Amino acid sequence: MSRDASKLVAAASGPWEVVIGLEVHAQVTSAAKLFSGAATAFGAAPNAQVSLVDAAMPGMLPVINRVCVEQAVKTGLGLAAEINRVSVFDRKNYFYPDLPAGYQISQYKQPIVGKGRLLIDLADGTTREVGITRLHLEQDAGKSLHDQHPRHSYVDLNRAGVALMEIVSEPDMRSAEEAGAYLRKLRAILRYLGTCDGNMEEGSLRADVNVSVRRPGEGYGTRCEIKNVNSIRFVQQAIDYEAKRQIALIEDGGSVKQQTRLFDSRTGSTREMRSKEEAHDYRYFPDPDLLPLELSEAFISGLSASLPELPDAKKARFMRELALNAYDASVLVAEKETADYFEALAQGRDAKVAANWLTGDLFGHLNRLGKGIADSPVSAARLGELLDLLTAGSISGRAAKDVLAEMVDSGQSAKAIVETKGLTQVSDSDAIEGLIDEVIAGNADKVGQYRAGKEPLLGWFVGQVMKASRGKANPALANELLRKKLAS
Amino acid sequence: MNLPASISEARARLADRTLSANELVRAELKAMAAARPLNAFITETPEIALAMAGESDRRLARGEARALEGIPLAIKDLFCTKGVLTTAASHILDGFQPTYESTVTRKLWEAGAILLGKTNLDEFAMGSSNESSHYGPVKSPWRRAGDNRPLTPGGSSGGSAAAVAAGLALGATGTDTGGSIRQPAAVSGVVGLKPTYGRCSRWGIVAFASSLDQAGPFARNVRDAAVLLRSMAGFDPQDSTSADRPVPDYELACERPARGIKVGVPGEYRVAGMPPEIEALWQRGCDWLKAAGAEVVEVSLPHTKYALPAYYIVAPAEASSNLARYDGVRYGLRVPGEDIQQMYEKTRAAGFGCEVRRRVLIGTYVLSAGYYDAYYVKAQKLRRLIKQDFQAAFGRVDAILTPTTPGPAFALGEKADDPIAMYLNDVFTVTANLAGLPGISVPAGLSADGLPLGLQLLGPAFAEETILTLAAELERAASFTARPEPWWRLP
Repeated sequence: MSRDASKLVAAASGPWEVVIGLEVHAQVTSAAKLFSGAATAFGAAPNAQVSLVDAAMPGMLPVINRVCVEQAVKTGLGLAAEINRVSVFDRKNYFYPDLPAGYQISQYKQPIVGKGRLLIDLADGTTREVGITRLHLEQDAGKSLHDQHPRHSYVDLNRAGVALMEIVSEPDMRSAEEAGAYLRKLRAILRYLGTCDGNMEEGSLRADVNVSVRRPGEGYGTRCEIKNVNSIRFVQQAIDYEAKRQIALIEDGGSVKQQTRLFDSRTGSTREMRSKEEAHDYRYFPDPDLLPLELSEAFISGLSASLPELPDAKKARFMRELALNAYDASVLVAEKETADYFEALAQGRDAKVAANWLTGDLFGHLNRLGKGIADSPVSAARLGELLDLLTAGSISGRAAKDVLAEMVDSGQSAKAIVETKGLTQVSDSDAIEGLIDEVIAGNADKVGQYRAGKEPLLGWFVGQVMKASRGKANPALANELLRKKLAS
Repeated sequence: MNLPASISEARARLADRTLSANELVRAELKAMAAARPLNAFITETPEIALAMAGESDRRLARGEARALEGIPLAIKDLFCTKGVLTTAASHILDGFQPTYESTVTRKLWEAGAILLGKTNLDEFAMGSSNESSHYGPVKSPWRRAGDNRPLTPGGSSGGSAAAVAAGLALGATGTDTGGSIRQPAAVSGVVGLKPTYGRCSRWGIVAFASSLDQAGPFARNVRDAAVLLRSMAGFDPQDSTSADRPVPDYELACERPARGIKVGVPGEYRVAGMPPEIEALWQRGCDWLKAAGAEVVEVSLPHTKYALPAYYIVAPAEASSNLARYDGVRYGLRVPGEDIQQMYEKTRAAGFGCEVRRRVLIGTYVLSAGYYDAYYVKAQKLRRLIKQDFQAAFGRVDAILTPTTPGPAFALGEKADDPIAMYLNDVFTVTANLAGLPGISVPAGLSADGLPLGLQLLGPAFAEETILTLAAELERAASFTARPEPWWRLP
């Protein structure tokens, strides 16, 4: 799957291609854990959300949480994937204090979701398909705390047993940019579906990154897996570092060894955690406490019917029905909240104007404030009022920008600000003509130049008139009247 | 006081108030105290028993008696009991007091039954002689004629079988993973019933091998076993493998005629070296059922010889994983170490006895990369074939009759050094666990040296009623009335 040369990494001995596959662990949005009734809320006191099952007390048995199954199936449908009618839960056996049962319940040979695909949106407005290998359900482990006491480790089991979806991609990505686009798109789909909150800071979304390098056109190289990277930026840093490391190794006459590595966010580098030889033998076998999970056609079709419009479909609709270009549409659908905001704003208004004001002006203010669209101090309805004033010619575009800034800071409505500040646009020809006369009278030299053929000076005259009106003059009208007066 | 001989008799006497629950419990507690040389109980719970008896007497007085009101029972110490030490006869569960009650025992208490104590067993139910218990073996109430050597009560539910055989409880619970109810019942001269897999909830029972474990009752007679099962069985949403189907009145099945029922006799169970007295007992069983109007025919279960090897792969595999939770981190024994790895190793080495260690090692081995297909996968295939054997046979017959064990109780220590000889005890019983089928052992006669022998009836899934009907018929015909001499009572 070799692609355009711009993705290749140049090196002394010639170009290299980086091959990337991602295993994403997404915490299922569910009030209760995968196999117990304990709560899953983030930030509870240590060990406050632990049932007898989570603590692996003797004789305790797991019971599958229907909500988590629904969420996994919805996610599978959102990734255009095969939903397996029968899937099996297996035990993955290993000893660790934050794994109370000594095994993690996961799905090994028969996952709930099979092959699917995901379209990633790249910066140049193009899209590319990345294959999804599978999605399976599994339990999260607890948390070991090694920094609370000089000699002891502490264990918090709140997270133990929380449902995760492990979403495995094909090794279809060729750059850190593509990996970032994949994660952003996957997160958007999960959020649209409401199956994972996608909150990487709280650990709801974590990625294991598989990286290898090869000469273009050759077979896959030996890969290294970088475990548990918890931000998109870190994933991209880890890929760039790892690709450079592997290329340098080979260029120096060495070879890449299959390893599990850790990413250090302070140095932006990766280091060895364990080699293939040290890999665990997990002794997977079907969990005898759980029957195979069987899904009916009705169950799947019911969920299918309940799916919301997903980013790709929304983007296509924005392009088709609202005549937006691919780039604007991509930006607008990237977050569900942005798309919802935009649809409210564009309702009954010019879509292009709405898109520009949202992604240009409002996003600028939000960035400045470090806020997301969901926390915007200006609602879609309020911004709509401002656009209506603009469209009606009541205020100038220039004034509108100032009004928006004021709206963001004060929370007042556009009308109130326009009235208080007297910003209503002057569309009265007599008033504007008066201003024009003053400008012409005070700049005889420029008038002469214009009349001698230096027509681009018209813009300067318009600027002077606007300035004289303190921005309130209708620029189109000023333009038209100026042409007439200068010509006469 | 004259102790009632059965649950049925006790119910009648409690109902007509000629006996109080308090009197009954006091008499059982006295018998238990006198029988301590048997080592049948790990924990006796006299205070709880008397408190429960008080509640039963109040209910009896108000005419609000429940199905098992005032019936004192012994509980295998594999069932978690709230606030009462639960050990699985393992050192590793030292001091473990569950904060919860197993579903089966909860149902028994809700039916009015009374907890006398927790009975001894093979460690984690792994064994056929009770000798792997951390608390020492149970001694069978039975002795060979003219021989004082202590005998095994069978295992793993040896304490429960001994308690019922010695008259220390009117009934008891057991669990059966490869024969752990039926084998001790047979060699102790009591009735033991392993229900269909899924009939009783496994919730709150310390797990040995999850796909094979099933709880069931011990009783003095078939009807009592039916009465107990009715209260123990039922759907439990907390056990994903429990069966969501109604629980019939099993007691009624004990009244039904055996006439017309087709009983199969599998030729493959006529194993080489089978003692003639077992062969003869089996023949008598056939004759009794024929005399009662049942039709007895030969059936074939061709994969029987693979049952024991398949069992000794599947059971240890599941056990190796089920027992991983005993790591010294959260409850039970902890032996400190330099680091976490050493703590695990020291705790598990000290906490598990040698039979448990052997099975954990076997189980770990058969699940390991490179061996999984050769052992675990192959054993699962055999298990399917064994299941299919039974399905084919039950297309022709309603039940199957076999001996329960290849011989009577052996002496403690006799087979302790030979695991293979020990494992052969389960040769007639493991098939039912692998296929998930119900089985019952009924005392049917005495060996040449005066020890009890049992006959086993196996039925299709959820056909407990059919095997109870036939078991009741065998019981009538055999009229097994022998009781052990109470040698354990100190003069």
